Amino acid sequence: MSTTPAGIIGRPTPRIDGPLKTTGTAKYSADFHIEGMAYAVPVIASIASGKIRTLDTSAAEKMPGVLLVLHHGNIGPLYRTVPGDGDATNSEVRSAFEDDVVRHWGQYIALVVAETFEQATAAAAVVKADYEAEKPSVRESLDDYTGERKKGSHRGDFDKAFASAQVKVDQTYVTPIETHNPIEMHGSVAVWDREQLTMFETTQGVVNHRVVMAQTLGVPIENVRVVTRFLGSGFGGKLFPWPHCAMSAVAARKLGRPVKLSLTRKMMFSSVGYRPRTEQRIRLGASSDGKLVALSHDYLNNTSMLDDFDEGCAEATPYLYSVANLSVTSALVRRNLGAPMYMRGPGAVPGLYAMEAGMNELADELKMDPVKLRIVNDAEKDEDKNIPFSSRHYQECLEVGAKKFGWEKRTAGTGSMKRDGKILGWGMAGASWVATRLPCTAHVEFHSNGRVSVRSGTQDIGTGTYTTFAQVVHEKTGVPLDRIDVVLGDSSLPDGPMSGGSMVTGSVCDAIAKASTEAMKKMLALSTGIDGSPLKGAKAEELEFADGRIRKKDQAAGDPEFAEILKLARIDGLSAEGKTVPTWEDPQSKDKSLHSYGAQFVEVEWEPEIARLRVSRVVTVIDAGRIINPKAAANQIAGAVVMGVGMGLLEETVHDQRTGQPINGSMADYLMATCADSPDIDVTFLDHPDPVMGEYGARGVGEIGLAGVAAAITAAVHHATGMRVRELPVKIENLLGAKVLQA
Amino acid sequence: METFSYVKAPNVEKALASADGAKFIAGGTTLVDLMKLYVETPKTLVDINLLPLDKIEKLPDGGLRIGAMVRNSDLAWSEEVKKSYPVLSEALLSGASPQLRNMATTGGNLLQRTRCMYFREPSAGTPGGYGCNKRTPGTGCAAVDGFNRMHAVLGTSDKCIATHPSDMCVAMAALEAVIHVEGPKGKRTIAFADFHKLPGETPHIENALEAGELITHVDLPKPVEGAKSTYLKLRDRASYEFALASAAVVARVEGGHIRYIRVAMGGVGTKPWRSREAEAALMGKPANEAAFKAAAQAALAKAKPQKDNAFKVELAKRCLVRSLKTATATA
Ligand SMILES: Cc1cc2nc3c(=O)[nH]c(=O)nc-3n(C[C@H](O)[C@H](O)[C@H](O)COP(=O)(O)OP(=O)(O)OC[C@H]3O[C@@H](n4cnc5c(N)ncnc54)[C@H](O)[C@@H]3O)c2cc1C
Repeated sequence: MSTTPAGIIGRPTPRIDGPLKTTGTAKYSADFHIEGMAYAVPVIASIASGKIRTLDTSAAEKMPGVLLVLHHGNIGPLYRTVPGDGDATNSEVRSAFEDDVVRHWGQYIALVVAETFEQATAAAAVVKADYEAEKPSVRESLDDYTGERKKGSHRGDFDKAFASAQVKVDQTYVTPIETHNPIEMHGSVAVWDREQLTMFETTQGVVNHRVVMAQTLGVPIENVRVVTRFLGSGFGGKLFPWPHCAMSAVAARKLGRPVKLSLTRKMMFSSVGYRPRTEQRIRLGASSDGKLVALSHDYLNNTSMLDDFDEGCAEATPYLYSVANLSVTSALVRRNLGAPMYMRGPGAVPGLYAMEAGMNELADELKMDPVKLRIVNDAEKDEDKNIPFSSRHYQECLEVGAKKFGWEKRTAGTGSMKRDGKILGWGMAGASWVATRLPCTAHVEFHSNGRVSVRSGTQDIGTGTYTTFAQVVHEKTGVPLDRIDVVLGDSSLPDGPMSGGSMVTGSVCDAIAKASTEAMKKMLALSTGIDGSPLKGAKAEELEFADGRIRKKDQAAGDPEFAEILKLARIDGLSAEGKTVPTWEDPQSKDKSLHSYGAQFVEVEWEPEIARLRVSRVVTVIDAGRIINPKAAANQIAGAVVMGVGMGLLEETVHDQRTGQPINGSMADYLMATCADSPDIDVTFLDHPDPVMGEYGARGVGEIGLAGVAAAITAAVHHATGMRVRELPVKIENLLGAKVLQA
Repeated sequence: METFSYVKAPNVEKALASADGAKFIAGGTTLVDLMKLYVETPKTLVDINLLPLDKIEKLPDGGLRIGAMVRNSDLAWSEEVKKSYPVLSEALLSGASPQLRNMATTGGNLLQRTRCMYFREPSAGTPGGYGCNKRTPGTGCAAVDGFNRMHAVLGTSDKCIATHPSDMCVAMAALEAVIHVEGPKGKRTIAFADFHKLPGETPHIENALEAGELITHVDLPKPVEGAKSTYLKLRDRASYEFALASAAVVARVEGGHIRYIRVAMGGVGTKPWRSREAEAALMGKPANEAAFKAAAQAALAKAKPQKDNAFKVELAKRCLVRSLKTATATA
């Protein structure tokens, strides 16, 4: 493997921030301890619907150390952001403590601030609310919905084509409410210095967070700075501000002291979003040779009482396969639950679970290999928008995956495959995820101390962004990785994108490459004009920048380091800016359909005698353009596969039907995959650069690894047990009816 | 959490002398958790971590004495336990997580409390609170009409359907351990089967300990000659989850017939569930599938499933059949 700067793109590169994390010196938001800081603990509603009649804070106010109890009556003005304003995206329509109506269990009703965290916790426990409670609407199933449905993508005549199709599938697939459970809980440290507010936040988007906070608090945007140096992941739950952020800012302003607010794990289940429940009817019609003739996707997802959150389940439906007649409809169903929020692969992940599960059932109906069924229906162009794909290797994903997995050895009969006294089930599914390049800015600066810095107002949410950016600077300048400083996670930096939608790598790397090139050009120019420079008087065209040095192209000697030039010029730093043109403005990409693709192959082991099912092996093949850092990228995919095991078999937030409380809201009761549940995972990247995705052709890999896993699992479960489970997660009780009782 | 005072006892005498109205704290993995939830509100904590009760010793009669402060990990990895009482080692290692097992003690594990979600929430009477006769007697049982997938199917009453969560206790029930306690009235022993109480009308009374009594150690009888033992735990995920159903079996087979048998089950009962019905169905019978199935049938004959946990009846049967197979296998 190449170790030259030129080979750094695509080289598995260990994280440059790894040592900070393994030694506990990486500062996460709640690690900021500011002189004079007070601690805030929210009080949450213990009913899901009703009105607060009285809120008795008197006992809490008398408790030792208590400084302030904030609530509807004294929070003062907070402002809503403009719905649909893409530059100021909020999580909830309603601002904190806006009225005295309770619309979901866990809604904040007060905030206690005290000298210590313990004092605030103790006082929060004695704030007493008296409610006019109503029966909450928290019914789990959404099938009582009878209202209008919104029409989505549409082509041909679905009804007619489906009616006359030779082979059909018509099934409804259900995904439950799932809760984001990043290891780091949400937190907010607010510090006012006169009119200036600094917030150490757990956010996936410092720039957006800043705008929202300024608007919510009614202060000029210049007065707000948001910092997120490290994030213990977010999975979408930390994309946009939640009400607790404004609560800590207001408390800090009122007290004239820094305030820290950290959520508990229990609050994570009620107050900061979740993937909503989806109920998706899929209808597939095909000719007897497996060619799709009709496809419809009709879905419902729950939302909160005030927010219109559309999960967007049909994201991948209209373009993944070639089909002449297609119809999509959707509707939102209101429940007394908190606002839903995007979760890793929003829309596409639950949507592809349903569609790919339907495709697997269709393959069974046709007695056709499910890999072949997908290849037969591969799309030549995006039939939804009638535009070409920029780069699509879905078929190759399927073929490479099948080969690596050993798919040709699969025998179709239920329980027909065995190993070591266990039945094996094999299943597969396809995956897809959208790609976009967002507008953003990066600065690259050469410093007289011999270091190079790169700055952008995006953030590393644990995925390896710090390292990827350093790789780009290294490739361009030749300056070794240990002399490159990547500065992220601060809204005062040049505008960078949200860490969401798998878009950071594809967006920012371009700006960094441009800024590096520009900065090198400036260095060359400087080196020819400075007294004492060995290159004085040379023409810029004769020079090149290599390995952090400037030299004449035709001679090896006389090659000063950039730092020497800066010193001679008495300049501390020389910087340049690079900007990324968004995909929708770039003539190359604006009329292209941009997506990543993948294939998931899953093996489960099934012991019918004790109803034990485990995922033992996953082969995943991903077509996500050029992979900048295969090490970090494989880590993203493998992590997503483990999350897929949770989605397929374990994760589900259960709300008590009487109170609307997420009753399994703890890490012991809400089951996520543990290390012991993690299968052998084989990740392959096709690594075909996307010709329209900027200099590197990278599309990003944060989400696609989760897509398709659950559908491949349910297919494997069916293969092993004969049980067709159409409601996730697949539980032991769904499998006890399996006919084959012996491995 | 309520404010409490804290005493560190240097020896058993001091611990007992401080016990009035207090709670002993061993590993704290149950107690501190429940204090944070206001389920436990002791005025005083007596820390017993300095007590010299952390040894595993062979007894002259061939049995094994386990100090109340022996950590779950140390007990599980003890050579003697692995060799002579594998069911206990396996049960311990199937429980909780390595971190928790490093803290958890033998005495604390005997007294760990249910994970019923409603027991852990504020009681009825507060807005949004839940009835729980175990937490606040007389307030009803919210689990009966609530989410009760994890709840018990054996030994329940209309006052309480909470599962006893321990794995260790299931193994100890099958091993017929004896619990030694010391209190204001002196020392006494309690047979394992008599230690935990059925909920009946008084689900808040969970065991036979009297006020101020300290568990000092647990004795295991001499290993049954020629017997094999095993523990099987079934659950949704592969680790870090309480049992949906588990079984501990100690069995000796001679000439194809079962000559010694002890059966206990976990995850299904309101206490560690010794099944004398299963034992009766197996004793003297040929060690074959038919006998195992009959025993499983007998063990669950009185099962009373709730709305979300009917599957546990079938799962417990399969769990028991498989454990019996393992414990009686000749290879
Ligand atoms: C997330 C989680 C998962 C878990 N999973 C499992 C599992 O899968 N299987 C399982 O079996 N267990 C599980 N546990 C429970 C764990 O095994 C118990 O918490 C542990 O055994 C308790 O021991 P301790 O020493 O920490 O007890 P403590 O919390 O210190 O004490 C518990 C109780 O016992 C009393 N006590 C302690 N020692 C004595 C003594 N010597 N004499 C008299 N009274 C005493 C205390 O006063 C207290 O009331 C889990 C716990 C947690 C938190």
